[in-house]
Order: sequence, then structure tokens, then C-alpha cells
Amino acid sequence: MLHLTRHPIGLNDLLAEVQGPERGGTCVFTGSVRNDGDVTGIEYSAYEPMAFAEIERLLSEAQAQWPGARVILQHRLGLIPVGEASIAIAAAAPHRGDAFAACRFVIEEVKQRLPIWKKEHHADGTASWVDPSGKAVAHGP
Amino acid sequence: MSKISVRFFARYAELAGCTWSHVNLETPTTVAAVIAAVREVFPGTQELPPQPLAALNLRQVRLDATVNEGDEVALLPPLAGG
Repeated sequence: MLHLTRHPIGLNDLLAEVQGPERGGTCVFTGSVRNDGDVTGIEYSAYEPMAFAEIERLLSEAQAQWPGARVILQHRLGLIPVGEASIAIAAAAPHRGDAFAACRFVIEEVKQRLPIWKKEHHADGTASWVDPSGKAVAHGP
Repeated sequence: MSKISVRFFARYAELAGCTWSHVNLETPTTVAAVIAAVREVFPGTQELPPQPLAALNLRQVRLDATVNEGDEVALLPPLAGG
């Protein structure tokens, strides 16, 4: 499965990657574009080769920390409308504790490490870059 | 002089006016020296923070990391994935 996609994320595809008869617990996290004021969508861009490499590294770290777990993530790029997922993570493990822990680990590492940026598109046609705290940092057409 | 690739993303690409360029420096050098050279070549990048996030060959690094000929330095705006 591709870690980066420009198409809507299919959760069933992620589940198929991680689930198996020896893994009884599966945890799925999705992050979606939020309806913040007049935001109509968010445009995601990435330093794609680094984002891919970083995802591979953090999934390997999760695998090492929870050896019985399988974890996958997919991040969508391009303009994503409000309500659609920008990221999905699926973690399956023999028991639920490890599945939750591995899933949480991956989304927190994503926030710290992935070279991905977002530009909010507004109803009035303007757009603004967003910093990690959610504050707009610059406006433009 | 060695040629070092420099990449800009998101808001930093708008400030630089391009997504990719290169600077010529004696190597080995540091990421900080590359950024200093960038500030001279691309006036818009004067607005970069004093110590921007940077990556060297696809990994985040400190600004004192060593840069050699052929390396790729990327200047990263605050990360906003997820």
C-alpha cells in the first residue's frame, strides 16, 4: 500500500493490511478536515521522498516496540474537502492494549516528524498556511 | 566550491520564489552556512526564522550538521502533517 495518496483513503484496504487470525484487537485512527469557520478544504503538500522515508522509519519503530503488532498508515495529499480524511492509521495486535498504544504512537510521531504542510482554503477564495498550533501564518490568494 | 542542492516547501517556497535551487560553498560545511548563503541569494528568505527546521538527505538534522558535496538540504516550515 502507498503511504502517500492523492485519492480518498479506503479504510478497508488498511484493515486488510494489518488484520489476521493471530491479532484479535484492531485500532483505527482517522484525522479529517474540520469545518473551522469558513474553511472549505485543506490543501496538503509534502516533501514526498522524506515523508515516505520517515513513515517507513516510524512504522519500523512501532514494529520494534510492539513486535506482535502490524501497523499501516496512509496520508492523503492535495486539496481535501471538509469532512474527508487526511490521514488514517490502522494497528492490529494480539490484544487491544498494544493496538491502541501502537496507533497512538504513530499519530503522535506523525505530528512531530512528517514534512507535510497544509493550506486552508476559505469560502471567500483566500487561502492561508497553517502552523502546527492551528494559527494561520500568512494569507494569499 | 561544491554545489549543494537546496529545497524549499510550502510558505518557504513562496518566500524564496522557487522550490529548488543550489548554492556553491566550500565543503565540508554546515547546514547553518547553507542557510546563511540562501539568505544572501534569495532576499525573500530573510523572513525565515533565525533557526528554521532543516533536513539533510531526507532526515531532520541540527543546524550544525555537516554538509558535503552532492548533499540535499531542505528548509522545512513548521510541520503540519496529520
